[in-house]
Amino acid sequence: MAEIAQQGFDPLATGSRSRQLRARAVVYGLLGFFALLYLSPLLIILLNSYRPLAEIVREGFISGPEAMSWRYWGEAWGSFCLGGSCEGVSRYFNNTLIMTVPATILSTAFGVVNGYALSKYRFRYDTWVFGLITLGVFLPAQMTLLPWAFVLGKLGLSNSLAGLVLVHTVQGVSFTTLFCRNYFVAVPDDLIKAARIDGAGFWRIFRRIMLPLSPPILIVCVIWQFTGIWNEFLYGAVLTSGANQPITSAIVAFSGSGTGERHYNVEAASVIFAALPPLFIYVIGGKYFVRGLTSGAVK
Amino acid sequence: MQEAIRPSLGARLSRRTPQLVLIPTLAAAFVYVVVFSIWTLWISVSQSTLLPNMAYGGFGEYAALWQSKRWIVAYQNLFLFGALYVLGSLFVGTLLAILIDQRVRFESVWRTIFLYPLAISFIVTGTVWRWIFHPQTGVERALNDMGWLSANFDWITDRDMALYVVVFTGIWHASGFAMALILAGLRSVDGDLIKAAQIDGASMPRIYRKVVLPTIWPIFVAVTVVLLQFAIKTYDLVVALTQGGPGVATTVPAIVVYDLMFERGQIAQGAAAAVMILAALAIVLVPYVVWMNWRNRTQGAAHG
Repeated sequence: MAEIAQQGFDPLATGSRSRQLRARAVVYGLLGFFALLYLSPLLIILLNSYRPLAEIVREGFISGPEAMSWRYWGEAWGSFCLGGSCEGVSRYFNNTLIMTVPATILSTAFGVVNGYALSKYRFRYDTWVFGLITLGVFLPAQMTLLPWAFVLGKLGLSNSLAGLVLVHTVQGVSFTTLFCRNYFVAVPDDLIKAARIDGAGFWRIFRRIMLPLSPPILIVCVIWQFTGIWNEFLYGAVLTSGANQPITSAIVAFSGSGTGERHYNVEAASVIFAALPPLFIYVIGGKYFVRGLTSGAVK
Repeated sequence: MQEAIRPSLGARLSRRTPQLVLIPTLAAAFVYVVVFSIWTLWISVSQSTLLPNMAYGGFGEYAALWQSKRWIVAYQNLFLFGALYVLGSLFVGTLLAILIDQRVRFESVWRTIFLYPLAISFIVTGTVWRWIFHPQTGVERALNDMGWLSANFDWITDRDMALYVVVFTGIWHASGFAMALILAGLRSVDGDLIKAAQIDGASMPRIYRKVVLPTIWPIFVAVTVVLLQFAIKTYDLVVALTQGGPGVATTVPAIVVYDLMFERGQIAQGAAAAVMILAALAIVLVPYVVWMNWRNRTQGAAHG
C-alpha cells in the first residue's frame, strides 16, 4: 500500500520545468547544509586527532592541518597519563567492553524468553507483570543511585565491573522485554496452538518456533543495549572510581584534570575511541537501529 | 510421549513454566522499580545527611530544596531547555523528514548522516561541541584567524546564552530521531489523500501543512513524550558541555541531585530532588499512558 502511494506521489515532478529545477535546488541545498552541520563535529575531531598540539593551540580546532601524524592515536590508546596511571584510555575502553558485552547478552537473553512468555501465555495478573517490568524503562536513574550503591556494597560488588553488569542487566531487561513482547505479539497464536496440540512444551515451542522467528528483534535488542550501555555515564561515575571506570568517565576526567597543558590532540583521539564501537554498530546495523527506535517509541 | 511417563509434579511444573521463567525478572523489576523507589522516597524524608540515617525527619528537605536558589534555577532551566529542545528537534526533524520524502537520491545516505549522532554518547557529543563553541578553540578563533578580528562568539561562557548552546547541541543529537519517526509516519499516509489535494490544485507546502502533517499528529505526540523524557533526565550532555556553568547558568535538576548526594553530603535533600525528577516524569507520562489506553480502547471498539 505504502509502495503504491509513493509511486504515485512525486512532489518534485509537479509544476513547470523551471519550478521543478528550483524546488530540486532548494531540497538538495537544504539537505547539504544540514549534512554539513551534522558531520562537522566528526570531521573536526578526526582532523585534530592527527594535528600537532602546537598547531591546535595556535590556530584552534577549526583550521586546516599542516603536519599530520598518527602518533596521538598511539599515545591516547597506550601511554597517556590519566588519573595517576600512564596506560592511556585502553584500560577504560576495555573496562567498558568487559561491562557492555555480558550485560548486553544477559539482558537480551532474558528479554527474549520474557517476551515469549508474556505474549503467548495468559495467566492471572499478566498485564500487571508486564506493566511493572516496563516501568523500569521510565524510572530515572537518580531514584536508584543510593539503593544501588548500598546493594552493591552488601553484595561485595562496590567499585567493580561486575556490579555495573548487574545494574545494566536489571535495567536493560525492561527494554528488551518490551521490545520482544511487542514483536512476538504479531506471531500468529494458531502456530503456537498447533504445536501445543502436537505435544510441544514451553521450551520446545521456544526453540522450534519462536527462536527461528527472532533474529530481527534479537539484532534490535543487541544494538540498542550495546550502544546504550557503552554510552552510559551516570552509573559508571557514581558506582565506580579510579581504574575501574568506564570510558565515558575517563573522557570527562580528561577535561577535569585542568592543571597544566591541555593535550587536545590526544583528547580528540580518545574521544574517537569512545565513539567508535557504537558508531561501527550503527553503521553496519543502521536499519535495525531505526526499527528499534520506532518500535520502542511508538508502542 | 515423554510427558505421560513423567511424574505429575513435573507435568504441573511444566504447565507453570511461563510463570516460572518470569520470576527472576519479576523479582528484579520489583526490587528495582518498587523497593528502590520507596527506599529513595524514604531517604528523602529521613534524617540522612552525609551518611544514611533512616529515622523519620519530615518534609523539611523538600522545603529547603525549593528555597535553594540553585534548584529554582535548575528547574527554570529545565522548562526553558525542555521546551526549546523538544520544539527545535520537532521542527528540524519534520523539515528533514519532508526533504527526504521528496524522492531524493541516496536516501539512505542522508538518513545515516542525520541519525548518527544518536549512536554517539552525550559525553562525546558534549566534549566535541564544547571545543567548537569555546572562544579559544572553536568558531570565534577560526573567524578571527580568517581576518574577521571583531568576530565574537562566546555563548558558552556567557551566563545569558550558555543554555542555548545546550539546546543547540541537544537538538543536534535528537533531531535525527524525530526525523526517523516522522518519516515513517509520512510514508504511512494514504497516497489517495495527497492526490486528491493535488487535483484540487493545492501547492506542496500547503498539502503538507494542511493534509499530511495533521494526519500523523499521534507521531508528534509520541516524539514529544520521548524527547520530554530525555530532557528531564538530561545530565551527561551538560556535564560534558558546560558542567552546569558558567556559575549555575546551565544547571539542570539531575546535576543538582548528583551534587547533593555525592559532593555535598546532603543525601536526604538529594533524594528529595530525585523524587522531584520522578514527579516531573510522571506529569509527562501518566497523561500519555492514560490517553494511549483510552485511544486504543475507543479504536478497538470502532473496529469491533
